[in-house]
Amino acid sequence: MKVLMLGWELPPHNSGGLGVACYQLCESLSKNSDIDLDFILPYQAEHNINFMKVHAARPVGVVEIQQAGTAYDSYKFIFHDGHEEWKDIYSQVRIYEKTVADMAKTMSFDIVHAHDWLTFRAALKIKEMKNCPIVLHVHSVESDRAGGRYGNPLVREIEETSLWMADMIIAVSEHTKKAIIRDYSIPADKIEVVHNSIDPNQLLPLDNNNSYRYLMQLKSQGYQVVSSVGRLTIQKGLTNLLYAAREVVQRMPKTVFLLVGSGEQYHELIALSADLGIGSNVIFAGFQRGKQWRDSFAAADLFIMPSVSEPFGLTPLEAGYYGVPSMISKQAGVSEVLHNCLKVDFWDINEMANKMVSFLRLQALSEVMKEQLTAELSDISWEKSAGKIRNLYGRQVNEVYA
Amino acid sequence: MKSIVLYLHVHQPYRIRHYSIFDVGINHDYFDCNWDSKENNKRILLKVADKSYLPTNEKLLRLLHKYPEFCLSLSMSGVLLEQLEAWAPDVLDSFKKLVDTGRVELIGETYHHSLSFFYSPTEFQTQVNMHKEIIERLFNKSETRVFRNTELAYNNDVAAWAEQAGYKAILAEGWDPLLGWRSPNYVYRPAGTENIKLLLKNYHLSDDIAFRFGDHSWSEWPLTADKFAHWLSEDGNATNFDLFMDYETFGEHQWSESGVLDFLETLPKEWLKTEGHDFKTVSAAADQIEAVGEVDVVNTLTWADTERDLSAWVGNSMQRESIEALYRLEQPLLELNDWDLINDWRKLQTSDHFYYMCVKWFNDGDIHAYFSPYESPYDAYINFMNAYHDLRSRMIDKGISL
Repeated sequence: MKVLMLGWELPPHNSGGLGVACYQLCESLSKNSDIDLDFILPYQAEHNINFMKVHAARPVGVVEIQQAGTAYDSYKFIFHDGHEEWKDIYSQVRIYEKTVADMAKTMSFDIVHAHDWLTFRAALKIKEMKNCPIVLHVHSVESDRAGGRYGNPLVREIEETSLWMADMIIAVSEHTKKAIIRDYSIPADKIEVVHNSIDPNQLLPLDNNNSYRYLMQLKSQGYQVVSSVGRLTIQKGLTNLLYAAREVVQRMPKTVFLLVGSGEQYHELIALSADLGIGSNVIFAGFQRGKQWRDSFAAADLFIMPSVSEPFGLTPLEAGYYGVPSMISKQAGVSEVLHNCLKVDFWDINEMANKMVSFLRLQALSEVMKEQLTAELSDISWEKSAGKIRNLYGRQVNEVYA
Repeated sequence: MKSIVLYLHVHQPYRIRHYSIFDVGINHDYFDCNWDSKENNKRILLKVADKSYLPTNEKLLRLLHKYPEFCLSLSMSGVLLEQLEAWAPDVLDSFKKLVDTGRVELIGETYHHSLSFFYSPTEFQTQVNMHKEIIERLFNKSETRVFRNTELAYNNDVAAWAEQAGYKAILAEGWDPLLGWRSPNYVYRPAGTENIKLLLKNYHLSDDIAFRFGDHSWSEWPLTADKFAHWLSEDGNATNFDLFMDYETFGEHQWSESGVLDFLETLPKEWLKTEGHDFKTVSAAADQIEAVGEVDVVNTLTWADTERDLSAWVGNSMQRESIEALYRLEQPLLELNDWDLINDWRKLQTSDHFYYMCVKWFNDGDIHAYFSPYESPYDAYINFMNAYHDLRSRMIDKGISL
């Protein structure tokens, strides 16, 4: 079966999790001998990929595309002051649509699989031309990216129209499936949930040299570290985490919170931690990659993902691979697949504090959770997800051509 | 003579409410919560009464009136009887009516449904005595003549204790790997004892009713009373079929829609149809049937899951830490002579609290296998330990230094 994949980014040129998810999903899918993948990106770049053919929609560099806005910037509104950035992301989407349509004319494939709204128009165009089945893969919907608000009406229009026209929709979680139904009134039986996963081979292995030297010193003095990795935006729920942190520090002064990431809430969160009197217990490490990124997990006793809303949320799985148990919000898609962790509602500050204090106090809790995590993670793999998608393709192709 | 020895276990714990660090040292109402909470004990009791206790007792009473040969045995934990007395006196009356027929025998156990035998011999003896007292008070019965330990936890030492305490018989699981070629359908004697007899649960037959009855994928579904009676008559030499199960099998574990109550209603008719068939209470079986051999149980045997040991209650470090910590409070706490404190401490000993912390079935994502009012074993542990810390805080308030 020949599959035409449409995506906006792939590592190493990714701005976040979308590119990683596409990469690992395709790698896993390609292990099915009867599947051939062609992947069209909006930019031209060097990739070290041998499991599929990667094409550029046109000969522009990554920078030009990323300047137009990343996959995460769609919630930015257009203001009356003539700010023109909005135009670029839409014109990029249009150009992608046109060039992909041109390329598709000479390519042969059985099904189109497109990832997130940026590529949905192109998928629709191909359907119009060739009437082949299109599968739209929703990694997040606009209201998720807008932190629970309405978001950008232009993006919503693309999402709504395309999702209605799709032959099938894949959502990365039940959480996302519900959001699609809620926001766009799509019939539930058209949406299949295929959970994201993680490829442990892509994770940098641990070594004995943690780059957070100061944190290691504190740990040797009996401190415990709670870390969180993610963009500093409203969607990630860090404000509530800081309020809960105050309760924790009052009871367990030897606790340090490590917040890794950058974003528009940066100054606000620093000011808040000072106002709460826990300034010296909260460390802002900024955006990290590579070894520092890995050590943000490895340094922690407990990892926290307090997101207000999270279509999937891979970081607790990554923390788990580094042997660190998590507390996650029930509003994250990953809570549908990860059971051996602590779960809280993102708004429940007292419960967050209750669970953090208990975790930091009770040795047995982290002991059992670590044991169970190892077993549980060994059961979560891209193979399962890819197998499910493989079957969904089969169903679409047979139905349409039967 | 071939006898069915039907024994039903009736028990409900005092579940701990969501009890957080913000309650410790302030609120001591571990077992009280909003009506709508999943852990509301009164609501659960009334629900089970409605679905199981009331309709089943009505059926049992009718059977007792209709068939003079029909009889059965019940074990009712003290914590259950307390709850019935407080919240459902009509249900308690319906049990009294059964016992008043003279053909429903009550079995001895620990008042608090605890594993105290393995942690504190004196506390165990106290709870056995407390249970005797409440049976005597509520049922006008002077003695319980047969003993079952919590969760049928049994070994040679439990048998030796029961013998010196004057019991005629003790109950245990008829576990194949232990019995070898021997069948549970006879009466035995525990190794190292002189007089006491051992009745062994036939778990194949018991589980056909308790677990498999409503399972449509089971090859023997639907199970009818005449088929079941036929299976029993096929074992030519057997003397007794010990059908031991949770009372809540009828109407709660197996819904009444499954036909389980009708099965119960027709079983006596089908069984008694054949000459030489009867029913026996546990003490009648001990009195009238000779022991055919000795059973030696060194390692503790229980009636739970595939291991049949105590690992469902004390298999992981959360469970061991919490139960050991609780029993360490025994001496200083009893010395305080504060009834409220002692009472709460004992309610925390109920085995269900530790069962809720079991992670065995949690990993498969098969949440249905995890019978618990909590979302996870970790939540169960956190609530329990917070309550435990509150007990300590109350002890400190009374002048104890811990």
